[in-house]
Amino acid sequence: MRVAVLLKAVPDLVEELVLDEESGSLQYDEMSYVPSEWDDQALEEALILKEESGAQVTAIAVSTGDVDTMLFTALAKGADHVVKITGDFDASMSNWQQARVLSDYVREQDFDMVLSGVQAIDDVDGQIPGLVAGFLNWPHASVVTEVRMGGDSKVLLRQEYSGGLVAEIEVESPVVIGVQAARKPPRYASVAKVRQVAKSVAIEEVSAGAPAGPAFADIQFVRPVAAGRAEMIEGDVDAVADRIVQILADHNLLRRA
Amino acid sequence: MGPILIVTESTASGITDSTKECVGKAKELAKVLGTSTVALGFGPGAVDRLRRLDVNKVIAAEDGEFAVYNPAVCENALVQVVAETAPFLTMIPNTTMGLDLGAGLAGRNNIPLIAYCSDLQEQDGKITAVSQVFAGKLLARVPVPGDGAIVTVLPGSWPTGEETGDPVVETISGDYSSRMRVIRVIEPEKGDVDITKADILVSVGRGIESPDNLPLADELAEAMGGVVSCSRPVVDAGWLPKARQVGKSGQTVKPKLYLACGISGAPEHLQGMRDADLIIAVNTDEEASIMEAAHFGTTVDMLDLMPALAERLRGG
Repeated sequence: MRVAVLLKAVPDLVEELVLDEESGSLQYDEMSYVPSEWDDQALEEALILKEESGAQVTAIAVSTGDVDTMLFTALAKGADHVVKITGDFDASMSNWQQARVLSDYVREQDFDMVLSGVQAIDDVDGQIPGLVAGFLNWPHASVVTEVRMGGDSKVLLRQEYSGGLVAEIEVESPVVIGVQAARKPPRYASVAKVRQVAKSVAIEEVSAGAPAGPAFADIQFVRPVAAGRAEMIEGDVDAVADRIVQILADHNLLRRA
Repeated sequence: MGPILIVTESTASGITDSTKECVGKAKELAKVLGTSTVALGFGPGAVDRLRRLDVNKVIAAEDGEFAVYNPAVCENALVQVVAETAPFLTMIPNTTMGLDLGAGLAGRNNIPLIAYCSDLQEQDGKITAVSQVFAGKLLARVPVPGDGAIVTVLPGSWPTGEETGDPVVETISGDYSSRMRVIRVIEPEKGDVDITKADILVSVGRGIESPDNLPLADELAEAMGGVVSCSRPVVDAGWLPKARQVGKSGQTVKPKLYLACGISGAPEHLQGMRDADLIIAVNTDEEASIMEAAHFGTTVDMLDLMPALAERLRGG
């Protein structure tokens, strides 16, 4: 079973999102990037599959910036192989275009299963796994929290719905899966191990052309104007605790005898 | 211009509010754009559920393969309906179904997709979609192309439409089969407590840092007469059971007090708690999205505040 895990980097929400307020354009070059947390979950589920059933795991990223560390980290965690798709791409590349490039590669490579994060914080034009599935015309399920191998090249999934309902699904490969969460928290690879891997293993580079596809001419980003915003309670912990007790009293929420 | 197609979603208790919100908005837009509205529903009883929707036409796929929701089967039917009705807009609630069908349809039919939509605004016959991105920290204003688009709509975006319509009803059947099969649907495990019934929730997020700090939340909840709930990362880390999770893939709660501790307030979480009577947010980041939904906020450390508050409420 050959499993592809699609990874992407997204702006780090811990840092400020850099916006040109006048034009409404994001300043992609001025932001710092981190691996998308749902992709990290997808990688973990793929590595669990590898441990359980010997799946071969290939992590793939489109080179929209510095993705090497992300790929070396995937290797350090246990991926068998990593691929960087290069071209005239930058951090402003749309998900639609990334999904095009990724699906073209996946189609050529004879993978049985594609895992990726069910969503990312920057998915304005759609989620990578669903788009890839659509381009490949493969069955697809999102919000998946467990992937296991069944018999006869069948894959067993658990898909979640609101209210905590869960469906058990069986699907013949090939299939694309949008992972919400892995069965276990993602494993950690130390910086030292990532460095060591970076010295000993090479990233396979594959070049691709710029894909066409519907793009939205001018997306403008704005900071939300809050309809209502929290009234901030100032002061130290004691002052804040006193004030909250007062608020609870005002709302008849104290149950002190 | 093609119609506005709404892909409806139902649960055991009927058509979801999110669907009704889409229906209401679709009717408003169809009127100004001079087009019609069509609702598509899946599953047994779809005709009965949809026949009162305030749309011009209902398309129901009820038979065999639609007995339970199967993402691939529903996608096959949707692809065909879209090919036949050529909608200008396809609106789908941004739930598991929306994440399945929205992107799948976009890829298969080469139609642009706008995800996490929280509003659709019309001006001079042109539609702009407003999309919540970067965990609610930014809004993207996306002009809907002239050929139309698919939008997946966040629940809670608009008032719910009324069920006072008398649409034309059409049923479809055909071979929508797929390599995907739903083996069974599992009801959620009943937890030790039902957080949807609690008046007071002390809800913890990533800010709890470690399971070792959970007793602080338990003690505070006990002192307040409430129970502990949480956001998704706490469940994913295995620190609290799934039954305690508030949000899109957890429970929707409406307590008298929601004390959000160390929760950033991603749209998926807000979806499950924004209707609480009183929301107090504790988060060291004053810019966190939870502050937009909260009535009161503080940036003191939750790990210091929880015991200080518990002590006062115990009368100590």
